[in-house]
Amino acid sequence: MSGFFTSRLFFVSLALVVIAATLPLYVSGYVLGLLTVAFYFGVFAMAWDLLFGFAGEVNFGPTFLIGVGAYTAGILNNQFGWSVYLCILLGALASVIAGLVLALPALRVRGPYFGLTTLVAVLMLQNFIVVFADLTGGEIGLTIPDVITINAGANYWIALGFMTISAAILYGLSQSPIGLVLQASGQDPVQAGALGFNIVKHKLAAFIVSAFFSGLSGALLVFYFGTASVGTVVDVAVGVNVIVSAVLGGRRTVLGAALGAIFLIVAGEFLRPTGELATFIVSAVALLVVLFFPGGFLGAALSREARS
Amino acid sequence: MRAFQILIDGFAISALYALGATGFTLIFGVSGVLNLSHGAIMVAAAVAAWAAASILNVGTYAGALIGVAVALITAFATYFAVVKPIQDSRRIPNEEKEIFVLTGTLLWGIMIQELIAYFFTNNAKTVLPIVEGVVDILGVRTPKNEIFTAIVCCLVIALLWLLVNRTRTGKAVLAASMNPRGVTLLGLELTNIFIVVWAIYGVLAGIAGVLLGMFLGVSSYSVGPLTASAFSIVVLGGLGSVSGSLIAAFVVGYLETITAYLVSPAYRTIPALLLLVVVMYIRPQGLLGRR
Repeated sequence: MSGFFTSRLFFVSLALVVIAATLPLYVSGYVLGLLTVAFYFGVFAMAWDLLFGFAGEVNFGPTFLIGVGAYTAGILNNQFGWSVYLCILLGALASVIAGLVLALPALRVRGPYFGLTTLVAVLMLQNFIVVFADLTGGEIGLTIPDVITINAGANYWIALGFMTISAAILYGLSQSPIGLVLQASGQDPVQAGALGFNIVKHKLAAFIVSAFFSGLSGALLVFYFGTASVGTVVDVAVGVNVIVSAVLGGRRTVLGAALGAIFLIVAGEFLRPTGELATFIVSAVALLVVLFFPGGFLGAALSREARS
Repeated sequence: MRAFQILIDGFAISALYALGATGFTLIFGVSGVLNLSHGAIMVAAAVAAWAAASILNVGTYAGALIGVAVALITAFATYFAVVKPIQDSRRIPNEEKEIFVLTGTLLWGIMIQELIAYFFTNNAKTVLPIVEGVVDILGVRTPKNEIFTAIVCCLVIALLWLLVNRTRTGKAVLAASMNPRGVTLLGLELTNIFIVVWAIYGVLAGIAGVLLGMFLGVSSYSVGPLTASAFSIVVLGGLGSVSGSLIAAFVVGYLETITAYLVSPAYRTIPALLLLVVVMYIRPQGLLGRR
């Protein structure tokens, strides 16, 4: 861990954050808005990578955690008019509870079976949002009366700061002894257990942390949008984007996941002139990366550095 | 009256589900691959059949054949362009191949979906049915097409059963699903068996797709739900167990039909999802699965 502060990765990340922090001084609000969303997405992807890359749990339903956090925060604000910050906090807490619910099957079933359970969780959430349309706004979406701020620069800084802090915590956690135990229990649970590590405790912790950041980020995102809808925070397609981001950026790197998310969102925007082909091109690029650079962006860069 | 209606409609839908899920589970059983581009392949078949019949005017029979052929080609493309490179890759650790195949086929499915949307728009398309008209069964007005769908599904599944249990190639496939290493020790080339399985899969998914296009209609939006329903049926029945998925298909099909008729069409998918969660907790390996 102490080696990190002198490593090249640390200086590159620091430089990137500093450069990113100065962006509001000279780029348009449109670019800032795009990056704001990308940063929240980066946190989704990092939280997912903690579960997959380290705990070895294939979570197909990152949007279950995100959606619970986002909708809880949104509904509380919409129904009771509580303050934005209280709603965001409660949203994150609701997401932690959702994470515990998701962790229960994870401790019993593995691999594709767990993957499906998480997928089912998303489909259930989606169904309930549509069924309880009075409360949730249904398919049209939930209107959220309050926003954090309407200043594009301030929103951008909040998102950047939030992503940086989340990245520091999640990366630190992944490099700590806890992260190593998680990695061990993901790769060979029996052996890790035989070495005397409490796998159940570590996995639960991973789910709680991942859920907390997913939910927090989801809640912040809906207060930025001013609306919560199935298409933006719950739909399976959103979850797919989160997974693709993490794999694209480099699984088991945490920081790479954020890079992947930013790339995915910015690339999607750049390709907008190509119209309906944009998603096709992004998916094709992602597929090529998966096939030819399975380590992802950061994985490829790090292994090159390690070799030289 | 309503009971008969549920019985008839449920049967057609269940048979269609069964056909769609059988190929999916066969591939998993033999090569451990969960193909998340499944829905995209089915929709590709249906849209190809629709385009051939409605734009090129080749007739319904030729259109259906073209649809199945397109599914077969797409299935092979999936295997050779996505699945095989990942399986053969030395840079991907073995224990992570599963997630790479999942991600790869998912992206591939999205690519197919987007291409369909680009060339043929997102609008729902209904393939012209091979048989038209309505008959009266026990007081229920049933489209002949629905009966045709059910019969074709049952016939194809019966043929598949014969193929797997009565032919040499089929027995090799069956053996590979039980113990791949044992099959290679007997001197059979595993890659050839995989190719046979993907061919069977392509034909099954194609027929299921075309029939779905005639029965309910498809659009590029159906890709996700189709994959999800095949996935949940297969897990409910037990991954890799063909008879398990057949049973699960009928359970899910009837559960959905009963809910749609007796409660509300809006809640259609919820009981099946709940059942899936319950099964997952009590019997994680599915109804007939092996661990």
